[in-house]
Amino acid sequence: MIGSTKINVIVSQIKVLNDLVTCFEFKRTNGGLLPTFSGGAHTIVEMQDGSVLRLNPYSIMSDPFDQARYTISVRRDDQGRGGSLFMHTKVKVGDEMVISYPVNLFSLDLRARKHLFIAGGIGITPFLAQIKQLERSNGYWELHYSTRRPSLGTFVDELLKKYPHKVSPYYDECDQRIELTSLLSGQPLGTHIYICGPKGMIDWVRQEATDFGWPDEAIHFEEFLAPLPGKPFQAKLEISDKVINVGELQSLLEAVELAGVEAPYLCRGGACGQCETSVIEYDGKFIHRDHWLTDDEKTSGLKIMPCVSRFEGKKLVLDR
Amino acid sequence: MVGFKFPESIKSRPVYGTLSVKSGVDHLMIADGEGAEAIIRLAKLNKNFIEKSHIIYIPKHTKSIFVDQLKELMPGQLYLGPSYPASVSRIRQALNNAKMGLQVYLAGTEGLIGQAQNECMSSGVPHTAIQTEHCGSVARRMQCVHCKGITEDVIMDPFICIHCGLNLFIRDHYSRRLAAFQGVCIDAEDPGNVPDAVELYK
Repeated sequence: MIGSTKINVIVSQIKVLNDLVTCFEFKRTNGGLLPTFSGGAHTIVEMQDGSVLRLNPYSIMSDPFDQARYTISVRRDDQGRGGSLFMHTKVKVGDEMVISYPVNLFSLDLRARKHLFIAGGIGITPFLAQIKQLERSNGYWELHYSTRRPSLGTFVDELLKKYPHKVSPYYDECDQRIELTSLLSGQPLGTHIYICGPKGMIDWVRQEATDFGWPDEAIHFEEFLAPLPGKPFQAKLEISDKVINVGELQSLLEAVELAGVEAPYLCRGGACGQCETSVIEYDGKFIHRDHWLTDDEKTSGLKIMPCVSRFEGKKLVLDR
Repeated sequence: MVGFKFPESIKSRPVYGTLSVKSGVDHLMIADGEGAEAIIRLAKLNKNFIEKSHIIYIPKHTKSIFVDQLKELMPGQLYLGPSYPASVSRIRQALNNAKMGLQVYLAGTEGLIGQAQNECMSSGVPHTAIQTEHCGSVARRMQCVHCKGITEDVIMDPFICIHCGLNLFIRDHYSRRLAAFQGVCIDAEDPGNVPDAVELYK
């Protein structure tokens, strides 16, 4: 199945980077080489938390050509469903885990004359791999990295030391904001912009760039959504002839998988479109949270993205 | 003027649209022959953007018919080129100095559109972000797939390659990289058996 080829790994290092972010390093259990990847790729980490299996995507931040290890950074989310808390509190060095082959939904466009990176908070991680990739080919790039306060500006010191003229940090609590207007108006023809961070930042930069006349093809962004907890609900899987119960902390996709039904996926974050599922019948309301379906599709009641979206109501029948 | 409506063809064959004003910091317009009409129409729709426009125009057979009208638009810059090859250095300089936010508009023959699009692409403008409108002759810029020589403004099919002399059949197979359609030898298996030439789309 697409995107589901698995790799057995061992947690080889855990590094607490700041109050919120911890970095995990994985190596192959059998000591072999990991596949190379392209900067911007993510891996899906399987977390067996008691009887619950969670699969969360994380951008790989290590050097794409370093086949000895993958590193990811996990930001603790106390309000989330527990995946990041599991990583922070339960995972220890030496633990065996399962991750997916890398998948890239946020790759560099190598036709670009210049790569302009805009990062917000933990959104820095895909850029760390992309910067390493570009440095090998003497690529032309520039990073604008915004965080709440200096103590959360993980990687700033390291980046500034290595690339003092290419990296500009900004701290919200010091009233520093990216000067987007002057930044966008002075870029040479052929520049591509890449944005990774909170939704507000992505929307702001996309809108400004579009207003300045940047073509859509030159604007790239990635925002993974974590599935939000919600009221439990029941769904019928028509093809498999099964009725499943989706728990409060479970996503619809996870419940489908737990029932032993194979469902396609790539990002598990509402971005890639791989898990799109047809709705055969419903009585209730959908809670659509993905970036994939169009507004018309969302109101049509004919489609759902089970990785991040939920349902509330009496009846839901899916074509799965 | 109503543009020529090309019949549906294979996927490789370029399709053209109708120019419309897009928001942007600067506007680069490259046109030949009757392509001037598309630019004049566009400028009349929106007077504000013409000050920020750089028009590169190659009149070809239309000579001075549209030149005065283009001057009256009062564009930021107007360059009149004697031929496409003579205008290339001007196009490259305009692209080299351009910033992101530049909008590109191409109007005229397929040869002009294809070659100018190629210049824009090599400056990093995504080809899908370039607006095009076909105007004037349906003659094509052809590459001989055998000798690789280019024959400009081909209107009769089949035609004789001006480089190697083979009889070439005009295909709809197009190369964006070469900005040319592909011409393939029509009498390879039976030399001399060449059908009468007919004008394209007649």
